[in-house]
Amino acid sequence: MSRQARREAVEGYICISPWLIGFVMFVAGPILASLVLSLTYWDIGSAPRWVGVQNYVEIFTEDGDFGQALKVTLTYAAVTLPLHLVLGLALSLLLNLRLRGMNFYRTLFYIPAVLPIVAVTMLWIWIFNPEFGVINHLLSLVGIKGPTWFHSPRWALPALMLLGLWGVGGGAVIYLAGLQNIPPHLYEAAEIDGANVWRRFWRITLPLLTPTLFFQLVLNLIATFQVFTQSYIATEGGPLKATFFYMLYIYNKAFGTLRMGYGSALAWILTLIILAVTLLVFRSSPHWVYYEAERRKEDA
Amino acid sequence: MNVPSPATQGGGWLGQLRWNRRVRGRLVSFAAHFSMIALSFVFLIPMLWMLSTSLKSRAQTWLFPPEWIPTPVVWEHFPRIFEIAPVLLFFQNTMIIVVWNVIGQVFSTSLVAFGFARLRFPGRDVLFILLIATLMIPYQVTLIPTFILFKIFGWINTFLPLTVPAFTGSAFFIFLMRQYLMSIPFDLDDAARMDGCNTFQVLFFILLPLCIPPLVIVLVFTFIGVWNDFLGPLIYLNENSKYTIALGLNLLRGRNRTDYNVLMAASLLAVLPTLIVYFLAQNKLIGGIASVGLKG
Repeated sequence: MSRQARREAVEGYICISPWLIGFVMFVAGPILASLVLSLTYWDIGSAPRWVGVQNYVEIFTEDGDFGQALKVTLTYAAVTLPLHLVLGLALSLLLNLRLRGMNFYRTLFYIPAVLPIVAVTMLWIWIFNPEFGVINHLLSLVGIKGPTWFHSPRWALPALMLLGLWGVGGGAVIYLAGLQNIPPHLYEAAEIDGANVWRRFWRITLPLLTPTLFFQLVLNLIATFQVFTQSYIATEGGPLKATFFYMLYIYNKAFGTLRMGYGSALAWILTLIILAVTLLVFRSSPHWVYYEAERRKEDA
Repeated sequence: MNVPSPATQGGGWLGQLRWNRRVRGRLVSFAAHFSMIALSFVFLIPMLWMLSTSLKSRAQTWLFPPEWIPTPVVWEHFPRIFEIAPVLLFFQNTMIIVVWNVIGQVFSTSLVAFGFARLRFPGRDVLFILLIATLMIPYQVTLIPTFILFKIFGWINTFLPLTVPAFTGSAFFIFLMRQYLMSIPFDLDDAARMDGCNTFQVLFFILLPLCIPPLVIVLVFTFIGVWNDFLGPLIYLNENSKYTIALGLNLLRGRNRTDYNVLMAASLLAVLPTLIVYFLAQNKLIGGIASVGLKG
């Protein structure tokens, strides 16, 4: 290595050193530490005690809350992920029309995504108020007697799903950019060949948007498994644990009852689940995600 | 026989087509405008409800069917918030944390992204892939050990756990900044080096002034993210005098569970700074989010 190259390498390491330090201290170190911690009993007050896989055994055999927390989180993910994808896409198609005032709409629809979740949750608690809230008022206008939402074991989780859907504009803005990156000549050619709007959507828009959809799906997936603040504030996991999200469970165990080892074991299980689902999505991607570059390679 | 002349026939047929197109165009445009306005209401109604409740009298709040226009307009809920909780202190605490985070993120993002984009060193590409991979690590797996680490440092109930990590950068911002730096021609660096700039002068005097757009995104996202954060302060701050706005809002709710006038007024105040920052930067922001979303 020449002197100059060595100098450049040293400067390179200096530049990335903040991230490297952060990676070791706040990412890699803690991941390993939590694996070790998950094999101990530790309430912070006394010294940690090695218990082997006992935490895991307890989680899978005795702990009834584990199944419930997993069920709530997976149900939420299974309902909201497709909804966010489809509605976000629909909204982005609307936002992609050439209309007067479109910048105003784009700005407006993105707003809920930048608001503090605590304030948003308090607002929706009031909106979902069974007696004096807006939602039940609107429902009563069409002759439906609204449920008690956050007070009902059956409707509390759907209420949180609706609250989340208010932020659908966050995804729409990203899809919109994807739409605007599609070369217009493709549409022109399709139109000359007599393809109608519907056909153009299925044959051009959707395939070319799949990389964006894929990226969003992966990020949303990871975010969905971390839902915490909404349920912590609106329902505290209730009623009857109907909104007992997994993250809330980890929080309760680790910071409520100070069972750090148990909480770490729970976190590791969730991480493995997220990893497995993400891998599944990645594995499925060759079947539905379209990459222009790969296509070119095949043609050549 | 009434054989229409070819000219009129052609004109009529063409005219018909044009008319159809125009009507269809108008109909589509009308439907589009209509759906946008209807959708705007769906997105706006919750916010209008917040505003309306914060300005209503108590008596008018508890009515069914609800009334939207506050009559009379009541301002007293806003001063009430300041009586119930030390809001200005919460505001100050939040701003301290926000400012340190912005400084930390801007500094570390610039430096790290520059290293990855412009300098050659062994292992660079592997490390960059590692950086991307950390985007997918769910934070709960690092949450507990990180808490214990800060506890060992004696940082619990200080702002340090909420500010110091910002100085190690965030993978998302570094990625964004690196992509942007890659689009700036290397000729600039070479020319500056010819003129005697060293590596860090190239970064600070040549490249950073060109990186205002991504830096604005880092700044705004950091501001909004830190301002809105709840779990972090919840875990690390346990004295009321250290609380942030997000925690303070929750505290307020604990004390006045059903006083929706005050709660909505306080929510409005909590929302306002992020709204202002968002509106000031909205053009750059939406473009920036989009570019990151795409290149992943």
